[in-house]
Amino acid sequence: MNLTLHVWRQASPDDRGRFVTYEALDVEAHMSFLEMLDVVNEGLEERGEEPIAFDHDCREGICGTCGMVVNGRPHGPWKRTTVCQLHMREYRDGDDIWIEPWRAAGFPVIRDLVVDRTSLDRIVAAGGFISARTGSAPDANAIPVPKAHAERAMDAASCIGCGACVAACPNASAMLFTSAKVAHLNLLPQGRPEKAMRVIDMVLQMEAENFGSCTNHGACETACPKDISVDFIALLNRDYLSAAVGRSG
Amino acid sequence: MKLDSRIPSGPIAQKWDQHKFEMKLVNPANKRKHHVIVVGSGLAGASAAATLAELGYAVTCFTYHDSPRRAHSIAAQGGINAAKNYQGDGDSIYRLFYDTVKGGDFRSREANVYRLAQLSVNIIDQAVAQGVPFAREYGGMLANRSFGGAQVSRTFYARGQTGQQLLLGAYQALMKQVGSGAVRLRPMKEMHDLILVDGHARGIVTRDLISGEIESWTADAVVLGTGGYSNVFYLSTNAMKCNVTAAWRAHKRGAGFANPCFTQIHPTCIPVSGEYQSKLTLMSESLRNDGRIWVPRNAGDGRAPNEISAADRDYYLERMYPSFGNLVPRDLASRRAKDMCDDGYGVGSSGRGVYLDFADAIERLGEEAIRERYGNLFEMYERITGENPYGQPMRIYPAPHYTMGGLWVDYNLMSTIPGLHVIGEANFSDHGANRLGASALMQGLADGYFILPYTIGDYIARHAGDPIAPDHPDVAGTVEGVKSRTARLLAMDGNRTVESVHRELGRLMWDNCGMARTATGLRTALERIPTLREEFWEDAKVVGGGGTLNQVLERAARVADFLELGELMCRDALAREESCGGHFREEHQTPEGEAKRNDDGFSHASVWGYTGEDSAPVEHREPLEFEYVTPSQRSYK
Ligand SMILES: Cc1cc2nc3c(=O)[nH]c(=O)nc-3n(C[C@H](O)[C@H](O)[C@H](O)COP(=O)(O)OP(=O)(O)OC[C@H]3O[C@@H](n4cnc5c(N)ncnc54)[C@H](O)[C@@H]3O)c2cc1C
Ligand code: SF4
Ligand code: FES
Repeated sequence: MNLTLHVWRQASPDDRGRFVTYEALDVEAHMSFLEMLDVVNEGLEERGEEPIAFDHDCREGICGTCGMVVNGRPHGPWKRTTVCQLHMREYRDGDDIWIEPWRAAGFPVIRDLVVDRTSLDRIVAAGGFISARTGSAPDANAIPVPKAHAERAMDAASCIGCGACVAACPNASAMLFTSAKVAHLNLLPQGRPEKAMRVIDMVLQMEAENFGSCTNHGACETACPKDISVDFIALLNRDYLSAAVGRSG
Repeated sequence: MKLDSRIPSGPIAQKWDQHKFEMKLVNPANKRKHHVIVVGSGLAGASAAATLAELGYAVTCFTYHDSPRRAHSIAAQGGINAAKNYQGDGDSIYRLFYDTVKGGDFRSREANVYRLAQLSVNIIDQAVAQGVPFAREYGGMLANRSFGGAQVSRTFYARGQTGQQLLLGAYQALMKQVGSGAVRLRPMKEMHDLILVDGHARGIVTRDLISGEIESWTADAVVLGTGGYSNVFYLSTNAMKCNVTAAWRAHKRGAGFANPCFTQIHPTCIPVSGEYQSKLTLMSESLRNDGRIWVPRNAGDGRAPNEISAADRDYYLERMYPSFGNLVPRDLASRRAKDMCDDGYGVGSSGRGVYLDFADAIERLGEEAIRERYGNLFEMYERITGENPYGQPMRIYPAPHYTMGGLWVDYNLMSTIPGLHVIGEANFSDHGANRLGASALMQGLADGYFILPYTIGDYIARHAGDPIAPDHPDVAGTVEGVKSRTARLLAMDGNRTVESVHRELGRLMWDNCGMARTATGLRTALERIPTLREEFWEDAKVVGGGGTLNQVLERAARVADFLELGELMCRDALAREESCGGHFREEHQTPEGEAKRNDDGFSHASVWGYTGEDSAPVEHREPLEFEYVTPSQRSYK
């Protein structure tokens, strides 16, 4: 099949950026979306033009490196799927595809489709951990964890830190990401001692990073490739409230 | 090159304790004055950086990723081994040790493997304390499964995302130290060279992937946790950015490279679908616990799998290896799949595939149970192939996956360059000629949490020198070297893309230094690679400039190093006139087609020393001695 791509090109953070149109010819249905871009890029390179910069690594939907908005949807049209796992059998000959970077104040564009997401790391550094000095841990079975709690924590821990939730949110809020990390750790007995501090510190950092606030749109959950539920946001709010009360009281 | 393995004396079970007692300690008050550079933030690098900072050292951690959490360890699916014996099925430290030495086909160091088995239990404790949500039983205790040919259930797992969860644990520990200022994190900086001063590793030179700036960094010691080199094959299960540059640059500065030809081909990956293929996707080995592998009994049987009756199917692993069946080690499973396809029994449009069938397991346990165990893997398979594995068998084929070879290290994890320590997949230790499933995560974390942080103290206590001025001639000289190499790459303006050269190298390596190797094939590759390397430097092209994010330049610098490594791998494979583990020389096989070792001639690690651009590398040997596990012909019949 042959496709027409409209790709956001932006040479640097200061460049204003623009859409540039490319023809993607002889695309095969079995290709992944990123392999389709590879072929376009190799063609550009052969002609001595600079290829489209986009970030990616594992191409298995687990590292969270890839991310672009495809026809208005973060990671493209497939549910629970990162853009690296999207395959071209989704498209038909003659389709037009619009490709843009994540757009959010918390994620400045570095080049073309590559954005700076180090803000998410700083949120984790603020409190997204359990302090457990190496070598000090008790036997792993010393504290039983009910299966249901472990599973729920695992649901939250499946977040890959891609930032699609931020890109999807009309306020560019990082609430889904932050709540997933808070929930993962706060749901486990091991995470309880630092529970209150964790939620307050992480939320403060999130606010310091130019992310907008959450107004319960739920667009984040729809865009999330890992099915992270907005229920975790409710959990965060509950933990935050009780931590704030605990602090003032 | 002197190879002193520094294996402590005494009975194997006491070596590590004894060694810890004998190591020199650094005065706690002085630790913050000592600076350690850690390159890599995978399981090995992140756990080491976090623990070193906890101990009080000043640490700087580098990664070419935008976040430490993206290191390739994140992709590990199946699980991590530990000799906890929580299932009471007869496991022990000694059994894990024994299995690992045997699984590695008697080409690893006994003392290291024993220590690894000992520390495996501490890793699980540590991970659980950090909040790693391992699978649990209804009673709240940790669940286990058997994995990768083990006959006991010693594998801990977090759905099909064990690497992700372990890495997030280490990453969070690291970020805590970053938050408190104990670790300086330097993402998007790629190491391009190692700085030596008076023969000791004292720093690195990096290129900033966003600004293009080339900078030097100095320290008391350097740690590489930079992962494996399977991408020399172009197509592999590794992430797209995995590369050998850090290890290769260290090799060129004097670090011995051990057993480069020991690579692992994983039996269960999704087959190649076309020329545009950019990487291969692993389907976790755990699938072999419930999936049955077969091919049609009649070569060229073009019917759909579900139309082929049981009588017309050949469950060849069950037939050939009645006691291990589908759970034989990776090297065997891979080679048998290749044999089947070579003989014309392969399935799928390319004929390079075999079936992995869950119909019986679904019948026995129900679809729900299978979904709970492997749901995410099945989903991934369907996304990639468009086929539903609940309704029809998966198609799988072997693919390059892991590299047992790497920089040689002693018992302290120090390379042949004093001060340069190497951890995780980047070193050569522990797995011999074949790695068992669920043991790389274990090794990376044992190295990073529990070994390196102590052994590096011994080095620092003995050797810490004066701080090095940024204008020291050895620093400035190394920076200049990186600048001129980068300029040379940027000036390349030929007709070939960097990708096309990498693809060609990959095919050469796969055909001649892949699953089965012959002297003739290896010689062919050894002739072609140097000319391909010349073509790269003369006829490839790098578009774009050096002062911005330039992904073509990044790839070109990595491919240039693969073009040198590939040659060394073939040389090593040619020199090793035996078959062992993943290294299969067709000239050396038993009548049944199994790997035939030559213990009299090759019971050693081959450690290659770099001698210059125009001269051949020199092979040194570390003899291996087996006091506890007597080498035998592996048999999985
Ligand atoms: C698909 C897949 C599944 C696997 N499943 C399992 C499993 O179930 N069980 C198991 O035990 N093992 C498994 N393995 C193997 C295991 O995951 C790896 O061997 C292990 O995670 C490697 O960890 P590492 O820390 O050594 O390296 P990596 O995780 O690869 O980390 C390397 C780090 O080094 C950095 N780096 C590299 N070069 C440079 C440079 N020049 N400059 C700056 N930074 C650099 C990278 O940015 C990265 O941070 C699997 C491997 C793959 C590919
Ligand atoms: S919550 Fe979902 S969308 Fe947001 S970073 Fe995590 S995985 Fe990505
Ligand atoms: S490239 Fe890793 S999630 Fe897409």
